[in-house]
Formats: sequence, structure tokens, C-alpha cells
Amino acid sequence: MKFTMTSFAALAVAGFGSVAFAQDRTEIRVMWYSDGIEGEIMQDLLDRFEESHPEIDVVLDNVAYQVIQEQLPIQLASGQGPDIARVTNLKEQAEHWLDLREYVEDPAYWETNFGDRFDWMRPDGSDAIPGFMTQLTLTGGFANKTLFEQAGVEMPGEGATWDDWIAASKEVMESQQLPAAFAIDRSGHRISAGTASYGANYIGDDGMPAPIDDGTMSFATKLVEWTEEGLMLPEVWVSAAGTTYRAATDDFINAQIPFYYSGSWLIANLSTKIGDAFDWVAIGTPCGTEACAGLAGGAGLVGIKYTQHPEEVAVVMDYLASEEVLREFTERTLFLPAHKGVVEAGGLNFQTDDPNVAPALEKFIAASGESSPLTDALPAWKWGNAYYGTLVTRISQVMAGEISLDEARSMMDQDIADQVGTASQ
Amino acid sequence: MAGLGETLGRAAAWPFTLVARAVDPPLRVWQRWTGTGGMAAVFLAPNLAIFGVFVLIPLVLNFVYSMTGGTGILLDQRPFIGMEQYGRLLECEDYTRRITCREDQFWTAVTNTTGFVIFQVTLMVVVSLITALILNRNIRGRGFFRAVFFFPVLLSPVVVGLIWRWILQREGLLNLIAVNLGLEPEIWLNDRFYAFAATIGVSTWAHMGFYTLILLAGLQAIPRDLYEAAEMDATPPARVFWRITLPLLGPNFAVVLVLALIRSVQIFDEVYVLTGGGPGTSTLYLTQYIYEVGFASILRNPGLAAAASILMGAVLVVLTLLQLRLSRRAEGRRAR
Repeated sequence: MKFTMTSFAALAVAGFGSVAFAQDRTEIRVMWYSDGIEGEIMQDLLDRFEESHPEIDVVLDNVAYQVIQEQLPIQLASGQGPDIARVTNLKEQAEHWLDLREYVEDPAYWETNFGDRFDWMRPDGSDAIPGFMTQLTLTGGFANKTLFEQAGVEMPGEGATWDDWIAASKEVMESQQLPAAFAIDRSGHRISAGTASYGANYIGDDGMPAPIDDGTMSFATKLVEWTEEGLMLPEVWVSAAGTTYRAATDDFINAQIPFYYSGSWLIANLSTKIGDAFDWVAIGTPCGTEACAGLAGGAGLVGIKYTQHPEEVAVVMDYLASEEVLREFTERTLFLPAHKGVVEAGGLNFQTDDPNVAPALEKFIAASGESSPLTDALPAWKWGNAYYGTLVTRISQVMAGEISLDEARSMMDQDIADQVGTASQ
Repeated sequence: MAGLGETLGRAAAWPFTLVARAVDPPLRVWQRWTGTGGMAAVFLAPNLAIFGVFVLIPLVLNFVYSMTGGTGILLDQRPFIGMEQYGRLLECEDYTRRITCREDQFWTAVTNTTGFVIFQVTLMVVVSLITALILNRNIRGRGFFRAVFFFPVLLSPVVVGLIWRWILQREGLLNLIAVNLGLEPEIWLNDRFYAFAATIGVSTWAHMGFYTLILLAGLQAIPRDLYEAAEMDATPPARVFWRITLPLLGPNFAVVLVLALIRSVQIFDEVYVLTGGGPGTSTLYLTQYIYEVGFASILRNPGLAAAASILMGAVLVVLTLLQLRLSRRAEGRRAR
């Protein structure tokens, strides 16, 4: 009995002790989504952070991208949310980001290394330090080199147009009896690289959305025609309503399409899932009549202004934004770096044995030099999503034969006006 | 052995006895003060509190939201705009052409939902009734078949949607069978007709077990002697069905109809996973429209979504009342 009581007392002391220890630690929750393997790498980095910062407990909540898109905005709008989040809609939700300027160790370091993209994630005219880009992304295409070789079709070279790529992919499709020649993600962001190539302009002189123009309609018309001709994989665009996001990554990975237009963030995913099943290459963005530019973007890690622990958030952010940590993150995730120091130092040792990866990364880095007025302006433009949503909804309806292109054009203008009206109320 | 059971029973009941003894004196005082009517209120209070918190207050809030504008979530961020959201939903240049409506997708969703309700509820009731009639017969493996028909009800709607998506997609099971039979594969979910039919078929498959169970219970409650009397009179089976089975199944039928109708108007999860509302907007139903407008779009419009859900709720209430009234009238006629 004495033994039992002693043991109980010891356990109680240990228990209370650990409770007291746990209470001393500040918990920081990070809402994180992954396109590939970056969640595991971030967890590893955070484990090391906790070893050197025992007073902070960082919990990485891995969620689906849809949660970031649909649930986080609701939390933020109601004044709640995690302490830190990885987000792609940076500009629209800029009012919810914590200004880290007064909390980070060296604001000048942040300005120097991330300052070029702060306008992507803070309200117009603000000088806040809201966070940093975990990686830069650029929309661009991928081609299944093996399928092209098997079909005996030469891949279009530098300066090739969308029409060249679709024509070549059509030959491969017919030769290899594939379900479609190509696919482009069901996303307004993705097709905006195409519309920009045909000279589209979304932004009016006053900074507000401009009416849908001929450049936008040129590419939209092509997309519809390619779908009607059976060249574009219909499951991606036609088989959904509204603004639902759909990617064709699995179709490319399963060698169902020879050409796929998505973006640089897929490189690690393609490398992991395709392995040595076939050779693939990144091809940049095909040219239109006006440009050959992909649309830049990326995911940013931002502090949330509703956090109860801004100092601790800044400590975590300082660690994750440090050059050493971001270099390792970039090398292991196979992402394009967004840290100026990392980019300038060069010599990145991307950790992969896959021979397809290095040329793909080089291609995207080279392609990031291509630009157009629209692709330059869109990442920091507040109303981008008003355009993206209606482009997806209405073009899909045209593809499904529900409305004509002319009807779609006026409906898109109305949708954008309604969205601006609602947001301005 | 009986002694042990009794002891165990008392032990299990002990906590409840203790609580009952503790609340007995105050309840007696309350009863003396308010009478038996007051006691009813006491016993109803917990349920009413739950109903109030989870149904009534959200309903009122929803109505308030429907009269506010902006993209904010908290009420203090949302300006009062009166009935503007309802006006926007109902504004059409030409009501015979959906695309002339300001919220054309709302009207598309209304049209699609109406078609879905008509076909799905009809199919659901007919299939459930046939299944119940078969399972009510003395067939071999009756218990097994009852379990089989009920099993899909236990599945999560998302699982149901995914299973059927895998069956119907381009490289799905159905096309595999078609190809093996020498037929041309079809992209089922890309065809407006097939996709619409698939949403009806899948939702019927997923829920018919529940309705079958209700009808089966009704069938088993019909006195056997009525059938025996009909048999002695050599009444044809069809006449037995129309004159005995169907009329006596009336109350269960009304329950099935009302529940199936409500469920049908609210259809969302299976369809969202199965077709995503496509191809185009051919399987875009009202709940998905509300979800898209209120939550899924980057530039959300909670007020418009709330107004659409209030309109949908109003239609549901009218339909349910109408149905209950019709079934009561039918019951009254039968009683006379």
C-alpha cells in the first residue's frame, strides 16, 4: 500500500511537473498545405527549431489546399484562424496578415531578401512585412518526351505557339491512341497566362477590372474549339460547375496526355510519382500573338494578425525565413527560390537523382525572364480572383454547349461587376 | 442466476435512481406551483433549448444575413441592404430564358433541382416499394437481402460519390465491362443526360434502403387476415395490392414521400463528389449553388447564399405542408 501511495505521489508530481512545463511553452499553430513533399520537409525543419527553442511548441496542421481556399477565409473573416498559414490568395486577404515589422529581429533583412514581393501580400500603399514567399511559382507546360518519341513527333522548339503545341500533341494523341492531346488546369490563374499571351488586359486605368477584351476572348475561343475537337481532356473543364478547381496532374502522370499546362510547383510531385516510367520536360509557356509569358505567383507564409502570440510568431518566422533554412527548404522541395540572397548566391544543390528535374527547374528559371504587362501586374492586383472565377465558370459553360461565347463575354462582365459591387458594399 | 441478474440490474439503475431522488422534491414543488402543464414544459425544455440553439437561432440569423451585403462574415461588418439579395436572385429580363437572369446559375440550379426532385422521388418511392414488397415475401435469404439493400445507407455520401465516380469515369469499371463486351467506351459523366441520370440513380441507390425499411415496417403491420380473406374470395393479386396493401400503407407512404422530398431538394454531397455539378451546369443543384456562392468562391457572397437558402427553405415548407395535407385528406377519405 505504501508502495502504491508513493508511486501515485511520484506520478502526480511528474504529471503536474509536465503540465507546468507544457504551460510554459507557447503553442504556435501553422496551417499548411502541400503540393508534394514540402510538408514533411517543413516538419523536419520545425522539429529542429523546437530543439533550439524549447519554449515554443510549433504544431504543423497539414490540411488540403481546399481548406486553405475555402475554410481559412471564413476563419479569418470572423477574426480567428491559426497563428501562421501558408496561403496563395495573398493579396485578397492582406487585411488579415500580421505586420511583422515591429516583431522580427532585423526588418532590413526581410526588406532586402523578400521586399520585391511584399506588394503581392499587403494592402496597396502599406509598408507592412506580412511574411515571405516559401517559393516562387510560374505557370508553364510539361511534355511527355517519351510519348513524343514513340509517336515520332518532334517537340516544338523555342518560340513555339499554343497552336504549334496543340498540333504536335494532336499527332501524338492520334499515333498513341490517347484520350486527349492536352489539358490545362481548371483554374482562371492558369489560363490567364494564355490570355496574356494573346494580349489580354484585365486591369483598367483606374486599377479596377476592365471589360473582357479581345485578347481574353481569343484564348477562350481557342480553348473552346480545342475542347469541341476532342483535343483538350474534357474531364477537367467540362465535368464540373462553378469555380471548382480541377487539375490534370494525374492524367499527365498516367501518360494519358502528351502535353499538360500547369506550373513549376509540380516538379517534385511529377518526379516522385512518375519516377522512371517516362521522360518528361518542362517547356515554359507557349507563345500567343503578343507574348510567351507564364504567370508568376507562389505560396506565402504569413502571420495572422489575430494571433495571441505575435512575438513567438515572429521568432518562428525569423527562423523559417533565414537564408540557411530557406536554402535547405528549396533544395529539398525542388521549388524555385524566393529569397534574394539564395538566388544571388546560386549553387543550389537540388536533392534528387531524377535527371528530368534539373532541366525542368532551369527551364522555369529561364522562363521567369519572359514577361507581359498583364503577367507582371496580376500577382499584386486585388481583383485577380474576380476575373479568375468567372473565366472558369463561363468558359466551362461554353464548352458544355450551354451558352455561346458572345453570351459568355457579357455574362463575365456582369459577374465581375457584381463581385466588385458586393466587395465594395 | 435470477438473483444475480436482479442485483446487476439494480447496480446499473443505481445512478439513475440517485438522480431521480435528487430531482424529485424540486419537481414536486414545481408541479404544485404550475400544474401538469408546467411539467410538460420542464420535460420539453432540454429539447427546445437544443432546437433553439441549433435550428431556430441559425434560421433567424440566416434571414438577417440575407438582408445584408458585402463579403464580411461578422454581422457588424455587413451593411443592411433590405431585400436587395432577393431582388437580385429573382431579377430576370425573360423568365423563359435563364441566361437573361442576373443570377442565371440560381435559376439553373432551381430548374435542375426541380427535375431531380420529380424523377428521383418518383424513382425512390417506386423502387423502395417494389423492394419492400419483395423483401416482405417469404423468400430464401430474406435477412441477407434486407442487409444488402440497407448497407449503402450506412456509407458516407462522399464514399458513395467516389465509388460511383470510379465506376463511371473514363477508365472506370463500367467502361472496362463495355470494352470487354466489344462496345465503345463512353465518358458517362461528360454527357448531360447520363450525368443527370447518374445523380438520380446513385442517390436512389444510396438511400432506398432507409425508405424500404419504413415501407417494410408498414407492410408487416398490415393484418394477415385481410390477405387471407382476399385469398378466400380469389381476389386477383393486383386488386389486393391496390385495395389492401397500398391504402393501409398510406401513413408510411406519406412519411417516405415527405422525407424523400426533403432529402431530394437538399441533395449535395454525393453529387458534388460525383459530378461537381457538371458537365457545364447540368447537375448543379440548389445546395451546391448556395455552397459555391457562400463559401467556395474567393469573393464570397454570404448574403446572396443566405437569401437563396431562405427561398429554398420556404419552398420546402410549402411542399411538405401540401404533401401532409394531401395525405391526411386521403386518409380521411379512407376512414369514411
